[in-house]
Amino acid sequence: MKSLEDLEKKINSELTTKINNTEIKHNQIYIEIDKEDMIDVAIFLKTNQDTKFRQLIDITVVDYPEQNQRFEVVYLFLSHEFNQRLIVKYSIAENEVIPSLTSIFPAANWMEREVFDMYGVSFKDHPDLRRILTDYGFEGHPLRKDFPLTGHTEVRYSEDQKKVISEPVKLEQNYRNFDYESPWEGTKYIKEEIENNDKKN
Amino acid sequence: MTKKIKNLNLNFGPQHPAAHGVLRLILELDGEVVEKADPHIGLLHRGTEKLIENKTYMQAVPYFDRLDYVAPMNQEHAFALAVEKILKIDVPIRAQYIRVIFCEIGRILSHILNVTTQALDVGALTPSLWGFEERETLMTFYERASGSRLHANYFRAGGVHQDLPKGLEEDIAKFCETFPKIINDLESLLTDNRIFKQRNVDIGVVTKEDALDYSFSGVMIRGSGVPWDLRKSQPYDCYKSLDFKIPVGKNGDCYDRYLCRIEEMKESVSIIKQCLAKMEKGPIKSLDGKISPPPKAEIKQSMEALIHHFKLFTEGYRVPKDEIYTAVEAPKGEFGVYLISDGSSKPYKCKIRAPGFSHLQSMDYLIKGHMLADVPAVLGSLDIVFGEVDR
Repeated sequence: MKSLEDLEKKINSELTTKINNTEIKHNQIYIEIDKEDMIDVAIFLKTNQDTKFRQLIDITVVDYPEQNQRFEVVYLFLSHEFNQRLIVKYSIAENEVIPSLTSIFPAANWMEREVFDMYGVSFKDHPDLRRILTDYGFEGHPLRKDFPLTGHTEVRYSEDQKKVISEPVKLEQNYRNFDYESPWEGTKYIKEEIENNDKKN
Repeated sequence: MTKKIKNLNLNFGPQHPAAHGVLRLILELDGEVVEKADPHIGLLHRGTEKLIENKTYMQAVPYFDRLDYVAPMNQEHAFALAVEKILKIDVPIRAQYIRVIFCEIGRILSHILNVTTQALDVGALTPSLWGFEERETLMTFYERASGSRLHANYFRAGGVHQDLPKGLEEDIAKFCETFPKIINDLESLLTDNRIFKQRNVDIGVVTKEDALDYSFSGVMIRGSGVPWDLRKSQPYDCYKSLDFKIPVGKNGDCYDRYLCRIEEMKESVSIIKQCLAKMEKGPIKSLDGKISPPPKAEIKQSMEALIHHFKLFTEGYRVPKDEIYTAVEAPKGEFGVYLISDGSSKPYKCKIRAPGFSHLQSMDYLIKGHMLADVPAVLGSLDIVFGEVDR
């Protein structure tokens, strides 16, 4: 498809029930779907003559711990033919297993392994779902929002045991997170008062 | 009598001069033929994405230098563009030229390193000695502009940190005159060299289809005959106004990729020349005081500038809630930043798309059926830097 608007129409008419929402911004199309439809949508995007999204650029997850559907899975596609980018998203709860795209895009293999490693999201039918970036025997999923920035364990060489050991993190100084939210608006109780006044008016 | 034959498992790395960093490659060998390759990465994993989530937008820039540390500014460029698009700010034209000049210098830096170490891996020592001398010159340009040879921290959302010092433009122009001769010298050593060709021609062949399926980008996809370059197809900054060619390979083997890199260096020199010719005096960063810090002299005079300075270096600027994927043509391929902002002064999420990650994952496909001695040649032509693969 030549323009993004045409592409949006095409996708909406071909995949009617599978599309929850489409949006064009920053010269890219954002599509929201359901988890179950991911495989169908990916095959359509890759093979249809008017879309030809032949390349899967990346897969990632965004963590929103306060939401019921905690993780938002994001797929980035690129069509060389039409020079367009497309982003597919769907939300899942914490322990849901999602379909793997490895059979359609071989490149998905490591990307899904990375998502599994960083967020603990499992993929169904993935040929080789192992951790990829973290150390052998690592526990936890570092990119989740509730994983501390300093981590849980640190590794050092022990002179006594003559081997590399891992032990709980000991920091000389704890990680300090300053709150720079505008001091001009005053301290918290003043903020609340202003908000209350705003509501009254 | 039948004899049982067992395949040999070989650990290539993590300490191996041809592994280009900390790669542990587990090879299954049948005699000298590689049956299976399983790269273990992550030995240089630093959690860049997590760290960026905990830093302001300005503090996040140095982390991008440390990804692909042979072409640092190209990565900063992707992040700067992403933030600029969300903030909807314009970049002054001089800043655009400066950024493009340094991105092309980064491309030359990366390609010299890759071409010469690839030659080193297959047995030629001299090119790396000649090439590194030029890299040193280029890194002094980095140093004069930003203050450091490698970790520049020079690009900002809205422009660059500071203007080029006196005389740097002339020196870069001089370099552009002398450098093509060095490329020719390198070519005279390698392009028609019998040993170099024997080691690279028809090794690690990638077809067009597979290049797409495995998410290849940059030289890896152009070497296979797909004319795709983000500088042309989705131009950013001032690339639109520049005239340059995209070298494309034919056979998709290691040798074609080498040729592409050589040609790209020549194109980069021409781009730098054009930028220097077109560049005019002017501002080098956005004039919006809410985003760019004021000049030092102004802080001493103006209350407003003082407040801006204080706010920018404590809280940082806030970025409205949005999400965006921006990609640039880094020397190694498509380097992208998927940025989600939530209205505060820190990114909510910053996913980094490194080209080397996709390239390295195809190692098994590329090397299957090749000899053990071809492993360094293929690995060399993939142009892997572990800073970006492991993040």
